[in-house]
Amino acid sequence: MHELSLCEGVLQILQNSAREQGFQRVKRVWLEIGGLSGVEPDAMRFNFDAVTRGTLADHAGLEIIDVPGQAWCMPCGKTVPVENRFDPCPTCGSYQLQVVSGEEMRVKELEVE
Amino acid sequence: MCTVCGCGEGETVVEGHSHTHKHEQGHGHEHAHAHDHAHHHHDHHHDYGQGPAHAHAPGMSQARMVQIEQDILSKNNEYAAANRTRFTRAGILALNLVSSPGAGKTTLLTRTIADLSGDLAMSVIEGDQQTANDAQRIRETGVKAIQINTGKGCHLDGHMVGHALDTLGPDDNSVVFIENVGNLVCPAAFDLGEAHKVVILSVTEGEDKPLKYPDMFHASDLMVLTKTDLLPYLDFDVAQCIEYARRVNPGIKVLQLSSTSGEGMDGWYQWIKAARQLASIGN
Repeated sequence: MHELSLCEGVLQILQNSAREQGFQRVKRVWLEIGGLSGVEPDAMRFNFDAVTRGTLADHAGLEIIDVPGQAWCMPCGKTVPVENRFDPCPTCGSYQLQVVSGEEMRVKELEVE
Repeated sequence: MCTVCGCGEGETVVEGHSHTHKHEQGHGHEHAHAHDHAHHHHDHHHDYGQGPAHAHAPGMSQARMVQIEQDILSKNNEYAAANRTRFTRAGILALNLVSSPGAGKTTLLTRTIADLSGDLAMSVIEGDQQTANDAQRIRETGVKAIQINTGKGCHLDGHMVGHALDTLGPDDNSVVFIENVGNLVCPAAFDLGEAHKVVILSVTEGEDKPLKYPDMFHASDLMVLTKTDLLPYLDFDVAQCIEYARRVNPGIKVLQLSSTSGEGMDGWYQWIKAARQLASIGN
């Protein structure tokens, strides 16, 4: 739903980096998107193309690195994989889970010239 | 957020706030266009094969890699942090009220203001896509209110709220209610600088909303079940709803009330007063 604002946030980061690091064009962008972040990768790609049109990142490739959801299960005392926030621990069935990864929405790196 | 100053799109309007932008790149362009470069849809294996190696051969290409490692929401989070500092310094309790459209946020607020106006100073920031109707409803209760119209935007962000605060000028040691755009999805991700997100769910909705929209219930500290006077006429299973909410957020607190009959409102008022006392203590 809010992928458009997120893509505008990405573009802002690209423009700031271009000023700081002195590059003119962005050819490819790598994003880390967590499986629990609520971000739809296809919507991200669609909006990224729209938002970057006519900018320094026009026609830049977008690579989305999927970061799987993981949570700390308190009863088990170990890290377990989770696909959704309401998933129980796959080992013991408890909902006492603390998400440790999969919430990422990060610009990781860029290929620029 | 817009690329000029961080505003959500170019259409955001804060009542009484002349904040116009000249956007160099049109934000209103059509979103349907040909994709003329290759995508890797549904490919979760990250393919580095098409780009240059991280260490490029000198003279071969101008292309280079730049490490960024920056959160996409970092700009919003900066604005939210500034709002939070402002609230803390002034001893203000800020609550971000989120719900589906029609859950009864504005009715809960007008009743709350009417009942607490003798005890607390309060003001309201209203977020809606269009119209100033809600801010008008709040002002009729006699407290300060300001409307933010987000235009195409589906949520409030930290920057809009910062501008609204400039115009609103809330009193020190007061309570600021921020009524977010009715939407159980997007506002979950955008910190506004509030002390607590409060998710409002009416019993006329499905009891499985916490599972359908887990991010919002995960992000909230308090769930308020509203319209409980209607429970006798509905199939809504309160215990099941609370169990679902605790699956996504084991620590969430739950209150049940009816803004119409007044049942359960005392618990809500106690919660607000306790939270305000915590906010006044400092960081």
